[in-house]
Amino acid sequence: MAETLAVRQISLRFGGVKALTDVSFAVEKGELFSIIGPNGAGKTSMINCISGRYRPSEGQILLDGRDITKATPNQRPKLGIGRTFQNLALFHHMSVLDNILVGRHHLMRNNFVTGSLYWLPGVRSEELSHRRRVEEIIDFLDLQAYRKAPAGTLSYGLRKRVELARAMALEPKLILLDEPMAGMNLEEKEDMARYIVDLNEEFGMTVVMIEHDMGVVMDISHRVMVLDFGRRIALGRPEAVLADPHVRKAYLGEEDEEPAAPVRTVS
Amino acid sequence: MATQSLIPAGDYRSTYAADTTIFPTAGSRYAVWAGLALLCLAPLVLDRYWLSLLIQIGYFAVAALGLNILVGFTGQISIGHAAFFGFGAFASAWLSNNFGIPVFFAIPLAGVITTAVGLIFGLPAARLKGLYLAIATLAAQYILQDFFARANWFTGGVAGTHAEAFSIFGFHFDTDHRYFYVVLAYLVLTFVLATNLMRSRDGRALVAVRDHYLSAEMMGINLTRYRTLSFGLSAFFAGIGGALYAHYLQFVSVEGFGILLSIQFLGMIIIGGLGTIMGTLMGTAFMVLVPEAMGWITDAVRGSALDRALSLKDNLSFLREMAIGLVIVLFLMFEPDGLAHRWRQIKAYWKLYPFSH
Repeated sequence: MAETLAVRQISLRFGGVKALTDVSFAVEKGELFSIIGPNGAGKTSMINCISGRYRPSEGQILLDGRDITKATPNQRPKLGIGRTFQNLALFHHMSVLDNILVGRHHLMRNNFVTGSLYWLPGVRSEELSHRRRVEEIIDFLDLQAYRKAPAGTLSYGLRKRVELARAMALEPKLILLDEPMAGMNLEEKEDMARYIVDLNEEFGMTVVMIEHDMGVVMDISHRVMVLDFGRRIALGRPEAVLADPHVRKAYLGEEDEEPAAPVRTVS
Repeated sequence: MATQSLIPAGDYRSTYAADTTIFPTAGSRYAVWAGLALLCLAPLVLDRYWLSLLIQIGYFAVAALGLNILVGFTGQISIGHAAFFGFGAFASAWLSNNFGIPVFFAIPLAGVITTAVGLIFGLPAARLKGLYLAIATLAAQYILQDFFARANWFTGGVAGTHAEAFSIFGFHFDTDHRYFYVVLAYLVLTFVLATNLMRSRDGRALVAVRDHYLSAEMMGINLTRYRTLSFGLSAFFAGIGGALYAHYLQFVSVEGFGILLSIQFLGMIIIGGLGTIMGTLMGTAFMVLVPEAMGWITDAVRGSALDRALSLKDNLSFLREMAIGLVIVLFLMFEPDGLAHRWRQIKAYWKLYPFSH
């Protein structure tokens, strides 16, 4: 299988703080890949490096074999990367529909001149063809009732769903989900897990997901990577990762008499 | 739903095109056509005083619309808008006086030139935000004002410059009754352009930059480009508004474009409603008409029993200025979302009348 994403020895430093140290992993095409780890382990930093918010201090990030380490964030949708945010980052005063349409930005051609002359040939038809695509996403995520509602008035669970819709509208090869289920109740989590599995299987998007709910992660992920203090401490199939003694120690906080391998530097 | 839709029950849209029209209901479409027809008849019934007020509202609204795109839709700030308004006025006069370009073409050309100037002064917006950006635009205000006073070749210096009357095929729009139609045409045109912009790709991008610039960037929006672009767009409308002003008065001088006018433009869009197209027009009408209304009140009080009892005499004109300020302050306290918001509420109220929900 082809690698969609390859992360090679990424390190990220903020002054003296090492957020990530020498992390490498690869995500295969069509895979549903999860990153887990305790708070402050560097999961979001990893996502931010891939999506271009942070530029890694060392290492390389490859998308379909192409080095994208230095691409700016606004170039990445074009390269095929979409993401959602841990803390909601919707456009609060825009309608749900417009929020999702913003996701089509890099796929559209009309600009401020042609857009102002809306009735020029090609402009309205372009807008409407993208609207059609957005409606498909709205149908897929069951957002029909909220189309015209300002995003800022929606409930938390719905906003997360709109954010997923907006990321899907980018038509990415690789979609990065930063805690898509945080703060949701059981039903909302079940719905969200279903959407993620569907967009992976039906839409063929490669997914990299950060999630704290171990039940969901173990159920739907193909492979899991565990980070702790900015280092990769395990990578593999969910059940294998869960059985790993380092992971049990770091993540579940088990007290061992015998110190494990020095994966963790206590300061 | 949390938001009240004004679309009547049973009004179903079966195409996406029908769902993206500017005026969503048949009622609002009829109202707009009726309103335009009434305005077209206005010069037949109104006197010069009222027409001059309407013309003022017209050219100020065109310029204020630009500021609303910048401040209301893109979330930036500018306290140098009057300078761009002035630049448009001088540019249009300069083009028609020195190059023999008919005024009909000079007005849009002045808009384009002012756009270029706006883009240059918008460059700091890529780096600066909030109060820092405000200070940078203040610099633009003073630089351009100084330029107007010194560039004799362009503005005629402190003496000012003459601007030709608007004419098409030898027909001169040199009276208020005629010029009214020119301003009305430009007003409708620019408002349609702005409305279209806000329902297409780049308009959405501007609002996205305002609401959450980090995620806008992740959606592929180039922040530097759109922040600068919005300065260009705002200068374009300011330039058109300024050009209309120049060919109305047929004389342009430096004094008119000070920082006070910049603040007044901000007042117009804040009172009308930030981020609303129609609010711009309402706010401009408010800012133009309130001083006039206060003038009528002071005229009524002058010489009356109240005047004699309190011996107000010359103080009346000062009281008038203070009352204008007071009205604006009260308005902002009780209507912080602007006239456009109040208008929506009134429509929602009548939709459900006589039941409250």
